[in-house]
Amino acid sequence: MKISLRHFLLPGLMLLALPARAKLTVVATTPDLGAIAHAIGGDRIDLTTLARPTEDPHFVDAKPSFIVKLNHADVLIEGGAELEAGWLTPLLEGARNPKLAAGKPGRISAAEGVALLEIPVALDRSQGDIHATGNPHFLTDPLNAKLVAAHLARSFAELDASSAGVFQARLKSFTAQLDERLVAWQKLLAPFQGRPLVTYHNYWIYFGRRFNFPMELFLEPKPGIPPTPAHLAEVITKMKADRLTLITVQPYQNRRTADAVATRTDAIVLDWPSFPGGKGTEGYVEWIDFLVRSIAHGFAAK
Amino acid sequence: MKLKTILAWSSVLFLAPPAFPADDQVQQLKLQLRQMQEDFEKTRRQQQAQIESLSQKLDALTNPPSVVSVRAPARTAEQKKTAPELATAVVPAGGQTASPPPIPSARAGSAYLNLSYGTLLSAGWSSVPDPSAQLQLGDHDPIKRGFALRNAEITVDGAVDPYFKGFANIVLKLSKDNETAVELEESFLQSTSLPANLQLKAGQYFAAFGRQNPQHPHTWAFVDQPLILNRAFGPEGLRSIGAQLSWLAPTPFYTEFFLSVLDGQGGTAFSFRHPGEPDATGVNRVAGHATIDRTLRGAHDLLYVPRVAASFELTDTTTLLAGLSGAFGPNATGPNNRTELYGVDLFWKWKPPAAAQGFPYVTWQTEALYRRFSAAADLVRLTPLRAETLRDSGAYSQVVYGFKPRWNAGLRFDYVNGNAAGSNPGDPFRGERYRVSPELTFLPSEFSKIRLQYNYDHGDLFGTAHSIWMQLEFGLGAHAAHKY
Repeated sequence: MKISLRHFLLPGLMLLALPARAKLTVVATTPDLGAIAHAIGGDRIDLTTLARPTEDPHFVDAKPSFIVKLNHADVLIEGGAELEAGWLTPLLEGARNPKLAAGKPGRISAAEGVALLEIPVALDRSQGDIHATGNPHFLTDPLNAKLVAAHLARSFAELDASSAGVFQARLKSFTAQLDERLVAWQKLLAPFQGRPLVTYHNYWIYFGRRFNFPMELFLEPKPGIPPTPAHLAEVITKMKADRLTLITVQPYQNRRTADAVATRTDAIVLDWPSFPGGKGTEGYVEWIDFLVRSIAHGFAAK
Repeated sequence: MKLKTILAWSSVLFLAPPAFPADDQVQQLKLQLRQMQEDFEKTRRQQQAQIESLSQKLDALTNPPSVVSVRAPARTAEQKKTAPELATAVVPAGGQTASPPPIPSARAGSAYLNLSYGTLLSAGWSSVPDPSAQLQLGDHDPIKRGFALRNAEITVDGAVDPYFKGFANIVLKLSKDNETAVELEESFLQSTSLPANLQLKAGQYFAAFGRQNPQHPHTWAFVDQPLILNRAFGPEGLRSIGAQLSWLAPTPFYTEFFLSVLDGQGGTAFSFRHPGEPDATGVNRVAGHATIDRTLRGAHDLLYVPRVAASFELTDTTTLLAGLSGAFGPNATGPNNRTELYGVDLFWKWKPPAAAQGFPYVTWQTEALYRRFSAAADLVRLTPLRAETLRDSGAYSQVVYGFKPRWNAGLRFDYVNGNAAGSNPGDPFRGERYRVSPELTFLPSEFSKIRLQYNYDHGDLFGTAHSIWMQLEFGLGAHAAHKY
C-alpha cells in the first residue's frame, strides 16, 4: 500500500510542477557545444550532451537512446562542418522531430558564421580523413566560442522570448569573462609564443592560430591514419632538428606512441582533453585555461 | 560599406597604440587588430571573388561564344593553380585577380543527391568444388573457389522535398560465369514530417525483421549470410514493394513499433508468394511442392511484417537493443496456404569512455527464427506429396571484438534444423546443419576493409566442409552514417 501511494504521488507532484516554467530542452552533440550552451542557457535550459568528453567525436555510436533524447528536444546544437556526419543523420531520421528539421530555429549549426580553416582544395581521401567544409574543431579558438555563444543566445531567445533577457545577460558575462581571460592568457603565453608544438591529430589548429603556436607536425601521417614507424622516425628527426619539446595527446589517442617519441626526443607529453568536461575543466573557460596553463608549464619545464 | 568601416577602424587602430600605454589594453587591441585583419582579408577575398565572377559573366555576355569556349578551360587551370594560395588566405595585393574558391562537388549532407559506390570482392577456397550448390547459398556470399564479386552497390540518397527523403540502392553482381546481373535492391522514400512520432516508408525496401535483414552486406561482420536468415528470407533477404508505418513510442527508453504491408511476391519474399525454381520437367517448385500463380485476391494475400524494438543503456558503457518480429503471408504452393515467421533478435555492445576511432569495442549479436510453412498437397508429382507443414528453426550468435584501432576478430556459431518432410530430402534449404566461423578483419580506413574468415561447416547433405574466404571492400563517395 505504501509503495503504491508513493508511486502515484510523485508523478502527480511532477505534473503539478511542470507548467510552472517550460524550459527549453537542448541537445548538444559535443561537450564543447554543451559547455557554451550551459554558459548561455544556465538553468533556463535542460541540457543533454551526446558525445562523451573522452570520446572521439568523429566516431560516436548512434545509440537508440539518443533518438529518444532528440525526439524530446526543442533545440539541437551541432558543430556542423561534417564533424557528426558519421552518426547524426540516422539519429535525426529516427527522432521524427520537426522542430529539429534543417532551417528550423531549433536546429543550430555552430559552424555557421565561423570562418573555417583548411578547406580542402580537392576532395581526395588519399589525403586521409578530410572535411569538405574545413577543419571542424573550431571551438579550440575562444574567439570562435564568442561567435557561437552569440549565435546560441540569439537562437535561444527566439525560442524562449521570456528568457531572452537572461540569455543576453549571460552572454554578456560569458563574453566579458572570455575577453578578460584572453588578455591574461596572451600575457601568460607571451614568453613562449611562436614556438611550435607537436600534436597527435590535426585538432588544435584554431587554438594554435589564436595563441600563435604553430602546430604543423603530427604523429598521424595523415588525418585519421594511425602513426607508422617511418612517419614517427621522420617526426623524431624534425623534432630534434627544430628542438621541439612538447607533444599533445588527447584521451582516446595512443599515449604510448607519444611517450615513445617523447623519450627519443627528450620532449614532454601533455594530456589535453579534447573537450570541456574532464576534472577541473567543466566549463569552456576552465578548459581553455587548462590548455593555456599546460603549455606555459610545459615550456617552462623545457 | 562593411569594407569601408573595417578600413576606417583598422587605420584608427594603427594610429591608436601610443595613446593607450597599459599593457593589458595593448594586448587586447593587438588581438582585436589581428582579428580585424583576418576579417578584412576574408571580406577582400570574397569581394575579389565576386568581382571575378561578375567579370566572367560580363565576358560571357560581351564576347562571342567561340572566344568564351576557348577561354574557359584556361581559367579552370588557373583556378587550380591559385586555389592552394586561397586556402592559406594570403593573396598578394595588387597581384593577379584571385579566382573564386572551388566548390566541392559531393559534400555530405549538402548536395541534392549523395552518391556512393562500394564493392565487395571475395577470394578463397572450399573443400567443396561448387560452394554455391549447398554451402554458400546467400546471394552475396562467395559462390566459387577463387575470385568472386557478388556485390557492387551504387547508393544514392537525399532530401526529396520538405516532406520526404529518398534512398536507392542498385546492386551489380557477377555470376559464376562473370556475367553482370543488375538488381534494384532498394528504392524508397521516407517521410520526414509526419505528426505524432509516425514515419512512413514506401517503395522497395528490406523489411524491418530482426537485426541483419535490413543491413547491407558491407556492414555485416562476416562474409556470408547467417544460415537461418538464408533459410527464412532466402538468398537475397526479405525485401519487397510496399509501405511501412513506424511509431516511436513515448517511453523513457527507446521503443519503436513497425508494421510493413508488402507485396510479397517473388524470390525476395522466399517463404511467401515465391514461385520457386523449375525442376527438370519445367515445373516450378518450392521445397518439392509445385507452385501455382497466386495473384492477389484481397488484403489477406499481402505480406504483413510487424516488429517492436527496444533499447536500454545497461551501464555507462554497454547498450542493449532487442526486438521481436513476425512475418505473415500466403505462400504459392496452394490457393490457401500460408507461412508464418517469428524472430527474436538481440544486439549488445560495449565501448569504453575513451575510444579511438570507435575502438576497442565488443558486440554480441544473436537472432533466432522459427518458420511454419503450410505446403499444399502436390498430386502432379511422380510420387505425390500430401499436404504437410514444414517447420524450420535456427539461430546464430556472433561476438566481435574490436581489439585495437582498425582491427577486429569475431566468432559466429550457426545452427539450423527443419522437421522431416516428405517433400525433398535433397533440399539444401532444409535439414540439420551447423557452422562455426572465426574471422579477422583489418580496416585500413573507414572506406576499405580486408577480412579473412574460416567456415567449419557440417550438414546432413554434404557432411563436413571447410572453407576459407577473404573479402576485400572499398567505398567511394558520400560518407555513410552508421546506424546502431
